[in-house]
Amino acid sequence: MSKKAFLIDISECVGCGACYEACKEQNNLPKTSDDPLRDTLSDKTYTIVEQRGDYYVRVMCKHCEEPTCVSVCPVGAFTKTDIGAVLYDESKCLGCRYCMQACPFQIPRYEWGSLTPRVQKCIMCYDRVREGNLPACAEACPTGATMFGDRDEMIKLAKQKLAENPDKYYQHIYGLEEVGGTSVLYISPVPFEQLGFNTKLIKTALPNFTHEALSKIPTLVTVGGVLLTGFYWLTNRKNEIAREKFEERKNKRGEE
Amino acid sequence: MNRVIERLLKPTFWKVVATVIFILGIYTIYIRFTGGLAAVTNLNDHFPWGLWIGFDILCGVGMAAGGFTLCAIVYIFNIKKFKPIIRPTILTAFLGYLLVILALLIDLGRPWAIWHAIIMWNPRSVMFEVAWCVMLYTTVLFLEFSPVILEKFNVEKILKVIKAITIPLVVIGILLSTLHQSSLGALYLIVPTKMHPLWYSTNLPWFFYLSAIGVGCAMIIFESYLSAKAFKKNLEFELVSDIGRWIVVVMSAYLTWRFMDLLLNDKLNLLFVNSVETYLFWLEILIGAIIPIVLLSQNKIRLNRLGLFISACFVIGGFLLNRLNVSVTSLQATAGVSYFPSVYEIIVTLFLVTIGVVIFNLAVQYLPVYEKTKETIPVEFEIVTDEELRTETIKP
Repeated sequence: MSKKAFLIDISECVGCGACYEACKEQNNLPKTSDDPLRDTLSDKTYTIVEQRGDYYVRVMCKHCEEPTCVSVCPVGAFTKTDIGAVLYDESKCLGCRYCMQACPFQIPRYEWGSLTPRVQKCIMCYDRVREGNLPACAEACPTGATMFGDRDEMIKLAKQKLAENPDKYYQHIYGLEEVGGTSVLYISPVPFEQLGFNTKLIKTALPNFTHEALSKIPTLVTVGGVLLTGFYWLTNRKNEIAREKFEERKNKRGEE
Repeated sequence: MNRVIERLLKPTFWKVVATVIFILGIYTIYIRFTGGLAAVTNLNDHFPWGLWIGFDILCGVGMAAGGFTLCAIVYIFNIKKFKPIIRPTILTAFLGYLLVILALLIDLGRPWAIWHAIIMWNPRSVMFEVAWCVMLYTTVLFLEFSPVILEKFNVEKILKVIKAITIPLVVIGILLSTLHQSSLGALYLIVPTKMHPLWYSTNLPWFFYLSAIGVGCAMIIFESYLSAKAFKKNLEFELVSDIGRWIVVVMSAYLTWRFMDLLLNDKLNLLFVNSVETYLFWLEILIGAIIPIVLLSQNKIRLNRLGLFISACFVIGGFLLNRLNVSVTSLQATAGVSYFPSVYEIIVTLFLVTIGVVIFNLAVQYLPVYEKTKETIPVEFEIVTDEELRTETIKP
C-alpha cells in the first residue's frame, strides 16, 4: 500500500469537534471533557481541536517520515509502517519514555497512573486504512478540513490550493519539510507561528543527529582498543627494563 | 560474631538517619509499585524525565567515572603509585552502577521488561547503546572488584584467572565507559529544538565525557578524605593531592571547550541575558570549573587536606548542577510547565545514596578493601620506581 497522509486545511475548520468525537469512538476512549475545544491530549485523547485566535487547529501525532520516536526507542517498540502510520508495540516497551522526551511535537502521552503503563497517541486508524477506509476523523469531518489520501496526492492538492488561492493561503505547507517531512500536512490562511506552531523546527530529520554520534562508535572502539593496549605495552616495557636493571645490580652486589 | 552484631546495632546519629531514610524509601517504593509513577512523582506528559533520570542516572554514572579513570592511570599508563586507592575507587564505581540499575528499575514504567534490550535490538538508539554499555561495564566492574571477595574467602583458583585477565578487562572497561559516559550526553542530541541553547551543543557527548573524568577524580579525593577520617586509614596524602593537579588540567580543557563552543556558535550574547537559565549556567561554570581550577592551581591549597577536599566538593557540586541543568533547567522553557521533584522523588534519591554509603562502609570494614592492597593487587609484579631503585643502590 502506498504512503498515506492527512491534509488539514485550517481555513476550512469550524471547530465542531466531530473528529474528536469520532476518534474517541473508534478507539474506545473514555469521555474526558464536555467541550472538545477545551480538552488536552492525554493517554485517553489522541486528537484535539484547539482554538487559536480566530482559527481552529487539530493537534495529533504527525507520523513523521523519519520518526524520532522510532529512532530513539532502545527496544524498537515503535515502527514506521508502509502506509506511513507510526505504531507502538506495548509488548516490547520497557517504559523509559525517551520517545516522549525526544518527540519534536511533544505528542506521545503516558499512562502515569497505571501499573502497566503504555505510551498512547494517534495510530492513523491503521486497521481501517489497511482495509481501504478513511481514518475515523477524516470520515467524520463535515467541512473537508481534514482530508486523507496518498501522501503524494495530498501534497499535490495542497500545492494546487496554495497556487489557486494565493490570497487565501499563507504560502507554506507545514509538514512538507519540517524535521524531514511528516504525514500530517497543514495549510493555513495565516502564518503558522500565529497559530502556535513550532516554526523553528529544522528541515533535517532529527535522528540524523544521534546517528552521526553513534556511527563513530566502531572506529572509537577499535582504534581506542589498539591505542590502550599499545600504551600498556609501552609503559609496561619501560617498567620491565627498570626491573631487570634493578635485579642485575642486586645480583652484582650479591656476588661482591 | 556477637561482637560484630553488637557493634552494627549500636545506635549512632548517622545510623538513625540512615534507618529513617531507609524506611521512608521502602515505603515510597511500595507506593510506586502499587499506585504507579503518578502516585509518587511530579512527572507528566510534558516532563517525562525528572530527578531520577537527572540525578540518580546521569549524576550516578558520572560520579562512578573514577573507576575507569584510575584503572587507566594504574594499569594502562602504569603509574603504580596510585595502587593503594584503586580498590575503594572500583568499589565506589561498582556500587554506583548497581544503584543506577536499581534507580532504573524504579523509574522505568515496565521494569520487568528491562531485559528486552538484550534481545530486541535498535542499534540506531543511543539508549540502546547506553543500556548495553551499562550492562557490560557493570559486569566488568564486578570482575575487577571480585579479587577483594575472593581473597576474603581464599578462592585461589578463580583469583588467578581474574588476575590473568586484568589488562583486557581494564581495556574493555575504559572503552565501555568512554562510550556510555559520552552517550549520556548524546541522548540529548536529538532535542535541538527543545533544549536551551546554552546547553545544547553537538559537542555534548564530549562535555559529558570530560566532566565525568573531572568528577571521577574529585570523587576519589572526596572519598579518600572521608575514609581517612572515618576509618583512620592512613592514606598517602601526596597521592590524592596529585589527582588535584589532573582536575585542573581536565576541567580547564572542559571550561575552554564550553566557551569556545559558545563562541563558535555565536551564543556568547546569551551569557548576558537576564534569565534564570543564564544565572544557573554561570553558577554551574563558577562552582564546577572556575573556582576549583583557581583553588587547585595553588600549591598551598592543593597540599592542604581540607583545601583539597573543599575543592573536590566544588567540582562535584558543579557537576551535579550541570547534569540537572541539562536534564531539567534546559528543557523547562519549551516544556511549557515547570517541574520540581516531589518529596517522594527526593526520598528515593536519598534512599539510593544512603544504600551506597552504608554498603561502602560495611565493605571497607569487613572486606580487604584498604588492607594489604600492596601485596595482593591483581598485577603480575611489583613496579620499581626510579626512586626505589636509587635508595636500593645506596643501601650497603
